[in-house]
Amino acid sequence: MYNFDVEMPTSIADAVKALGREEAQPMSGGQTLIPTLKARLAAPSVLVSLHSIPEMKGVCKNDAGDICIGGATTHATVAAEAVDYPALASLAARIGDPAVRNRGTIGGSVANNDPSACYPAGVLGSGATIVTNNREIAADDYFLGMFETALEEGEIVTEVKFPIPEVAHYEKHLQPASRFPLVAVFVAKFADGVRVAITGASENGVFRWTEAENALSGNFSASALDGLSLSGDKMISDLHGSGKYRAHLCGVMAKRAVAAAS
Amino acid sequence: MTQLKMTVNGKAASGEVEGRTLLVQFLRENLGMTGTHVGCDTSQCGACVVHVNGEAVKSCTMLAVEANGAEVATIEGQAAPDGTLNTIQQAFQDHHGLQCGFCTPGMVMSAAALLKDNPKPTVDDVRHYLDGNICRCTGYHNIVKAIMAASGQDVSAIAAE
Repeated sequence: MYNFDVEMPTSIADAVKALGREEAQPMSGGQTLIPTLKARLAAPSVLVSLHSIPEMKGVCKNDAGDICIGGATTHATVAAEAVDYPALASLAARIGDPAVRNRGTIGGSVANNDPSACYPAGVLGSGATIVTNNREIAADDYFLGMFETALEEGEIVTEVKFPIPEVAHYEKHLQPASRFPLVAVFVAKFADGVRVAITGASENGVFRWTEAENALSGNFSASALDGLSLSGDKMISDLHGSGKYRAHLCGVMAKRAVAAAS
Repeated sequence: MTQLKMTVNGKAASGEVEGRTLLVQFLRENLGMTGTHVGCDTSQCGACVVHVNGEAVKSCTMLAVEANGAEVATIEGQAAPDGTLNTIQQAFQDHHGLQCGFCTPGMVMSAAALLKDNPKPTVDDVRHYLDGNICRCTGYHNIVKAIMAASGQDVSAIAAE
């Protein structure tokens, strides 16, 4: 690792101020960023830790009935405390391993937008709202591509607000070495329709499978997905699986998710 | 450089570190506590697991400055001051839960974290909890057996396959 200064702000305002320094980089749980720094794939001059900001931690419910999760809330806390949204708690409980879940955070995952991360599927599949230090962004407008989001320089994810669906399920085909999904599907059924979000598959990162959503909105059963398929052309192809294989897995995981949710 | 203060195994510890100093480096290099191992350095293997404020973390993937003021527990603090092994360590010895021993500090610290939250785990609970702890001797059967025994459960039916 190249060396850097570390700032440990205790409020969002101080974090934003610290991020105004030249070549500053926010760090939440660091479970992705620290390995990235070790590989010298990032070389910030100042690392701004978001881990000591009490106002960015915790799980609560707002007046609209949404579950609100502070950006610096760990996966372990979400797994234990998001009891009103079991599919989301279950997603959090399956990220990485216990020690990683004690450090990694929802805000960090959502800000990084790894194309194989779990949270982007939960956030997009739920139609959640990403709250930053200066605005609110709908999930549909937030995820812009592999490792790309609508966040501006120096903008941090302070909270994520999830509407609670009637039923939902996250089906993850584990890549056991990395503990990331090879492909995973988050399905959520709301009164006004169904959302299906897929991670681990596309070269553009998490995406909604709109054909499947339309089919499921009329008939929420695994058989509604019979005959639907995705093309492997723009899918991630690596030693763990070809694009075609991942495209096939999308259909299988979506069906399993619907079967488990209904 | 930053001056750090923390409590390690109940004793005050301090030292000067760079921003990039990892918690495991601070433990091993500043404090000379080499019981915590660095296996992969990429947060896969779990040999470096310690407890920070009671929670298991991978000390190779946490900056030392982030543990400033924290209560840290490492493998060195597990046995009694006279060297008597604690229940988990004794179970590892009794059930041959270690071969080369490199992964053992992390295994013991992960086991301690598991048993704190789940005092009577099933075999599946143990295996699932050890997702992030790799034993390259592949001695998992006896590690799981040792942890089950440490939880006070009958392990006579758990065979080393």
